[in-house]
Amino acid sequence: MYSVNYHRAASVADAAKLLKSGDAKLLSGGMTLIPAMKTRLAAPSDLVDVSRLKELQGVKVSGKTVTIGAATTHYDVSADANLKKACPALAHMASLIGDPAVRYKGTIGGSIANNDPAADYPAALLALGATIVTNKREIAADKFFKGLFETALKEGEIVTAVSFTAPAKAAYQKFRNPASRYAIVGVFVAKGKDGVRAAVTGAGEDGVFRSKDIEAALAKSFDASALDGLKVPAKGLMSDIHASADYRANLIAVMAKRAVAAANA
Amino acid sequence: MSDVSLTVNGKRVSGSAEDRTLLVHFLRENLGLTGTHVGCDTSQCGACVVHVDGRAVKSCTMLAVQASGSTIVTIEGLADGAELHPVQAAFKEHHGLQCGFCTPGMIMTATDMIARHPEGLDEATVRTELEGNICRCTGYHNIVKAILAASETMAKGAKGKAKQAA
Repeated sequence: MYSVNYHRAASVADAAKLLKSGDAKLLSGGMTLIPAMKTRLAAPSDLVDVSRLKELQGVKVSGKTVTIGAATTHYDVSADANLKKACPALAHMASLIGDPAVRYKGTIGGSIANNDPAADYPAALLALGATIVTNKREIAADKFFKGLFETALKEGEIVTAVSFTAPAKAAYQKFRNPASRYAIVGVFVAKGKDGVRAAVTGAGEDGVFRSKDIEAALAKSFDASALDGLKVPAKGLMSDIHASADYRANLIAVMAKRAVAAANA
Repeated sequence: MSDVSLTVNGKRVSGSAEDRTLLVHFLRENLGLTGTHVGCDTSQCGACVVHVDGRAVKSCTMLAVQASGSTIVTIEGLADGAELHPVQAAFKEHHGLQCGFCTPGMIMTATDMIARHPEGLDEATVRTELEGNICRCTGYHNIVKAILAASETMAKGAKGKAKQAA
């Protein structure tokens, strides 16, 4: 790791100020950034640690509205009793990220700001039609995830929370790479007041995306059988040593079916 | 350079470290606590697992300065004098180690796992929860056996204590 200056922010406003120094980066759980720094893929001059800020912590459920602080860890999301009632699919999804030690450190804000094309949270937030709250504005998930490791966040902008309306039904299913355990394909389906949304991670050349084919089929009937015979196009899907685009296309339909079955269970 | 102040295994310690110093290196090199191992150095193997503020995390993926102010327990802090912690005793009893390199991390993960499952553990849960710990000797069978046994011993111990208290 190259030399770096560490700062522990006292508040979000303080973090915004500290971010202006040199080539500073925000540090939350550090589960992606620190490994990237160790391999010198990332070399920020300064790190601004926001992981201990109380104002960024915790899950709040008020009626159907769920708000999760950006520095809430995957473990805390997975174990939150109120969330398990309001949106068990998201708590379950968080319990599938990485491993227990990673879930104790990694945060929802860090995950979505990084927008890894195989990360789980982007699929969940896109399918839930979530709103990403920053220190400057609110951004709809549909506009937030821009591409591989790319988001709508501007220089110096800090994710402070995400919020969404709990769906009537939802579930997440992923097919993991047996070695890395990252999703080769992950599908989050949600049936809410605005209809059915299905988001796919791990597969798209431009990162997370909504599958219109799956959404159209499920809009007619929110049942796994509605996806029988559905052919998801392989266009725009990744091909790599782990899986071809065709294989991923097939997996999307399979994971979507399993997710719908789980949502209806 | 930053000052790093920690409570490690019940003792307050402090030292100066470069901001890029990983917690595992601070523990091993500054504090001489070499029971915590560096296996893969890529957050996968779990040989470096320690408890930071009661949570089992990978100390190779955390800066020492990030941990400053925290309470840390390493493998050296588990035993009560000459008396092994129940998880350590179970690993010894059930031969839950071969070369022993992954053992400190396995045990720190296991104690956290048992604490998180007061209702008890089954084999499938133990195997799933060991996802972040790799044993290159592939000695998982006895590791799982040891964790299940320790979980039972500790549940009985807790009940015993509750009875005494009553």
